[in-house]
Amino acid sequence: MRNLKFFEAIREATAISLRDDPSVYLVGLGVPDPKGIFGTTEGLQSEYGADRVFDMPISENAMTGVAIGSALVGMRPILTHQRVEFALLSMEQIVNQAAKWFHMTAGKKNIPLVIRMIIGRGWGQGAQHSQSLESWFAHIPGLKVVMPATPYDAKGLLISAVEDNNPVIFMEHRWLHNTFGEVPKRKYKVPLGKANIIKSGKDLTIVSHSYMSIEALKAAMIMKEHGIDSEVIDLRSLRPLDTKTIIKSVKKTKRLLVVDNGWTRFGVSAEIISSVTEKIFDELKCSPSRIGIEDVPLPSTRALAVHAYPTPSKIVKAAAKLLGLQIKLSKEQKKSDPLDQPDQNFTGPF
Amino acid sequence: MDNKLIKDQFFQMLRIRKVELKISELYPEEEMRCPVHLSVGQEAVAVGVCSALQKKDIALSAHRSHAHYLAKGGDLKSMLAELYGKKTGCAEGKGGSMHLIDLEAGLIAAVPIVGSTIPIAVGSAWGNMMQDKSVTTAVFFGEGATETGVFHESLGFASLHNMPMIFVCENNLYSVYSSLEVRQSNKRNNIKIAEGHGIVSLKGEGNDVSSVYGVIKESISIIKKQKGPVYVEFDTYRWLEHCGPNDDDHLGYRKDKEVKKWKINCPIEKTKDYLLNNKLADEKEIQTVSLELDDEIEEAFEFAKTSPFLDKKHLYTSIYSD
Repeated sequence: MRNLKFFEAIREATAISLRDDPSVYLVGLGVPDPKGIFGTTEGLQSEYGADRVFDMPISENAMTGVAIGSALVGMRPILTHQRVEFALLSMEQIVNQAAKWFHMTAGKKNIPLVIRMIIGRGWGQGAQHSQSLESWFAHIPGLKVVMPATPYDAKGLLISAVEDNNPVIFMEHRWLHNTFGEVPKRKYKVPLGKANIIKSGKDLTIVSHSYMSIEALKAAMIMKEHGIDSEVIDLRSLRPLDTKTIIKSVKKTKRLLVVDNGWTRFGVSAEIISSVTEKIFDELKCSPSRIGIEDVPLPSTRALAVHAYPTPSKIVKAAAKLLGLQIKLSKEQKKSDPLDQPDQNFTGPF
Repeated sequence: MDNKLIKDQFFQMLRIRKVELKISELYPEEEMRCPVHLSVGQEAVAVGVCSALQKKDIALSAHRSHAHYLAKGGDLKSMLAELYGKKTGCAEGKGGSMHLIDLEAGLIAAVPIVGSTIPIAVGSAWGNMMQDKSVTTAVFFGEGATETGVFHESLGFASLHNMPMIFVCENNLYSVYSSLEVRQSNKRNNIKIAEGHGIVSLKGEGNDVSSVYGVIKESISIIKKQKGPVYVEFDTYRWLEHCGPNDDDHLGYRKDKEVKKWKINCPIEKTKDYLLNNKLADEKEIQTVSLELDDEIEEAFEFAKTSPFLDKKHLYTSIYSD
């Protein structure tokens, strides 16, 4: 099997979508530039033409409307933002327009649209380049929200998102772009709304998404060394949310820890814990627990930012507490906690 | 001037006026339970623009969309049923008065978030361009929308890619109760703003259907020749309140003199005088057609009133497309 980096998987999925469907086009600030959105769009303009792959003015709100309008007359746009925060300028078009058209026209017009948004972290990016706002979008009926954690899922979910007939928010964590993984060359799809059990286990269920799924998996490996067998679910999609897989797992393990990629309060973890406790409260052995980004804006300095995020150590600690255990991590085990870059080899751009 | 055309435009305006006044009359029954933004007084822009477009051309509107919908050929029964919230409505009652749609007629959108359909119109023009379809897109908006950021962003992108489209600004001087004076500097000039984006800009008489028609015809030929968008502006006036069935002149936010001036400048009366003076129609013919329109409208209201609502289960339908 061939290994690809996450960003290459995104580029390959985009290329396949452009190749297979003439109504697909790609637009975003910097899409055809020499860096090509962290490599995810590199070379696509020369391959598919300047009439299919576009740069755009810094008019995020209008450009989202433009993408919607083109979708109304038969196109399937992919719109990209280099950071989630730039997409905030287009919330009106995303929430009032894209999400609502199918409903308010009673199904007469659907909006096939993919909006890629990249979540930043580290290297001092601070308050306006590091926000994980997925729960904002997941709150809206009419939108789908997808967040791959592996290169394999990145390719398969992006192809599914482009072929989906609804507006899909496709969120990529910048720290995932350089991760490696097996990616088949062929065209394949990963269904939207299906979670993935990335490690099976029996002692507790850890639910996570996006980059935090990687941290959760690291934590699960450390726990394994301490004799704890945890099951890790990578959500892959927030909307539709695969509560069935979560509930089935928690029924088995009787314990639930949610590792949120975003802020802990009013977010994904609240939704998941509520969905579980509403359905199988009696089957839980202890109160569910959650861990996510601290309830603060993200500071630039690494001296503070490092404390804002969940880390494998913190996840292990939270999991041990659920099990009534105390785990002392070795120096080696603590090493997997990142400071302000995902690993030593990652040197930016951030 | 094309005699048949002006007559047809007159009766279209009359039909719109009659529909709007009937809505105004029946609204107190509280069966049309959605906000209505009536177009009384602004019929000439809608009819002038749409009669210059072809059926395959696309129009988009905003909150005050009834006239645009009807002028573009939108189905009357479906519109009224939508206002009554009925299953037979153009959006099965899910949209309401502010979300009229008739795809066959090319009225693809109306939304009440001021300015929001402007970029969507640019996108539909772009999408048609990318598919080599020869379609002109017209987007209606009020002067209030020119105050939004998205208006300027949209002009910029439409100009950049030479979109075959017409930006139609209806300046009715007020955004709800706020006059132009408190919203836009008197040194400002929207025509020049559009020109600054490299867009050809024209102005016509908003209450004169022939003037509107002529400006749009000219716009279409500019689009064909120069391959780019056109911005057009028409001054006009809404007779009734911003939202609702009544007039609200007692509130005093508009001067009596101003209201009177605009009512004398009625687009329908003006065209009627033209028809009579030029012997293109006589009172009798106008009376006959007028009665026919009354019948049509009455029948449409009856249809809307007697149509069923959607079943409860439809709360959960048409949210996602398969």
